[in-house]
Amino acid sequence: MNYARMWYKYKSVALGGFMFLIIVLVAVFSPQIATHDPARISMRQALQSPSSAHFCGTDEFGRDVFSRIVFGARISLSISISVLLIIGIAGTFLGLLAGYYDLADTIIMRIMDGLMAFPTVILALVILTVLGSGISNIVLALSIAQIPRVVRTVRTTVISAKQYEHVEAARAMGASNSRIMFKYILPLCISPLIVRLTLTMALTVLNEASLTFLGVGLSPETPSWGTILSEARQHVSTSPYLILLPGAAIVWSVMALNILGDGLRDVLDPRLG
Amino acid sequence: MIRYTMRRLVAAIPTLLVVSVLIFVLIRMIPGNPALVMLGDDATSTEIAAMEKRLGIDQPLFVQFVRWGANMLRGDLGNSIYYRIPVTQVIFSHLEPTLLLVLYSTIIFMLLGVPLGITAAVHRNGFIDRFCMTVSMLGLSMPGFWLGLTLVIFFSVRLDIFPSVGYVMIREGGLLESLKYLTLPALAMGLQRSASIARVTRSSMLEVLGNDYIRTARAKGMIERRIIGLHALKNAANQILTQAGISIAHIMGGSVVIENVFNIPGIGRLAFDSIIRRDYPAIQGHIIFVAAVYVFVNLAVDLLYKFFDPRVEYK
Repeated sequence: MNYARMWYKYKSVALGGFMFLIIVLVAVFSPQIATHDPARISMRQALQSPSSAHFCGTDEFGRDVFSRIVFGARISLSISISVLLIIGIAGTFLGLLAGYYDLADTIIMRIMDGLMAFPTVILALVILTVLGSGISNIVLALSIAQIPRVVRTVRTTVISAKQYEHVEAARAMGASNSRIMFKYILPLCISPLIVRLTLTMALTVLNEASLTFLGVGLSPETPSWGTILSEARQHVSTSPYLILLPGAAIVWSVMALNILGDGLRDVLDPRLG
Repeated sequence: MIRYTMRRLVAAIPTLLVVSVLIFVLIRMIPGNPALVMLGDDATSTEIAAMEKRLGIDQPLFVQFVRWGANMLRGDLGNSIYYRIPVTQVIFSHLEPTLLLVLYSTIIFMLLGVPLGITAAVHRNGFIDRFCMTVSMLGLSMPGFWLGLTLVIFFSVRLDIFPSVGYVMIREGGLLESLKYLTLPALAMGLQRSASIARVTRSSMLEVLGNDYIRTARAKGMIERRIIGLHALKNAANQILTQAGISIAHIMGGSVVIENVFNIPGIGRLAFDSIIRRDYPAIQGHIIFVAAVYVFVNLAVDLLYKFFDPRVEYK
């Protein structure tokens, strides 16, 4: 095995995967990593600068910002993974139907086109207004707002896969439509789907941060990166470190997923690059 | 071309119709009574019933939609509950800062993204390429609102060069003053979008630079700058243009967050405030307006293709 060649091919996957693994580890071991209770209010310690007691300082309620950032990884990751699962399953199913059946294509893709014409944050804001706050509602809102791209990716693959010889052969052998869709076409959708879902997960982290920054979706006590930034903006002139560090956590996660997505695309589907 | 434009406009109708139905249904699902929102908590049931009748929300949902759709086709998006004036008037009064912000950001992302992408493509796989792509990856991963706040820390708080929040209308302070207020938000949006423009420019330039006619131009001794600027960039322009169209739509949509950070009274801020105030007609109007802009920007991009590539035919 030529290790140099292998490294060249998989370096983005390895780098992005490593960066993402760190976020996963921080999220899983957040109670062990956090130095303080992220919800503990201590007004006497409000707005302290970074020190050995508080690595990233404290917010206006005296809560330890480092611990809140660490627990924020858990919130961000649980929301983005939930969205990923929902849009992965529902988007694949809808994409298969749209790509395979003409009538379903007309109906599903018109709805998807309509959803795509909405700005993601505004659509999610309206859905959250309908549903109310809470992690499950933020997951649902972001899933509805971001599903069209997944449906489109699967549909495009299904439309070309329908013309492949092995699919024609299966049809000639009398295979049912569901068997053709799930046994012969679905495996062809996996590569582009993995790439699309990884990049969509990066967008989910950004959109979740935007929504919670606007003060929608999660209560201010919940230690999400967006809510930390939202509270910190009041103190931008006096405590800029409150802005820089949670933002750096968002950039790190989104960058990890973008690098991973790009790397997976180069490996799994180089034509898309 | 006129026939193509007309056909594209007709093709946009189903999309706009779906957007209208979706937003209409979504808005009706929001808990709370618009009549109560307008009248306040002290309103009697008779007053609420009268207001419901006036707003037409006592009618079945289908009748309400047909009436709203018919009015919309005439350019009437209803009256804002909060401002108590027509929604179209509210949108137009908030349009100036958003339009200027979109324009300013577009200039920034084109001026930064295209040269960055070209430089990366010309130095393919070298140090400069890697540096340019790392910078663009960083830009792509930054939330616009965070970038905006970071710019405020450096350019407003530390250096005191630009104002941190607010906006002055052109008629009040002149264009330069308005641009001064929009510089940081436009930079936040522009820097972020320039990352995607740089990536698309690089990949489309690499595609073009591998073509035979570029090799021929080099063999004839044409200087590299002319090859890049005249032959390669012009042929890579359509993909860059497509990405620019997507970016403009993104900025329009993203304005809801950035206008909030910088307290700019544009239509993004209007949309957010309308959602918080439960101003249903204003929310509907805003979304229909942004969806229409999205459709028209895409159409404009398609029509511009021919300008850069005469081989493009509109069928």
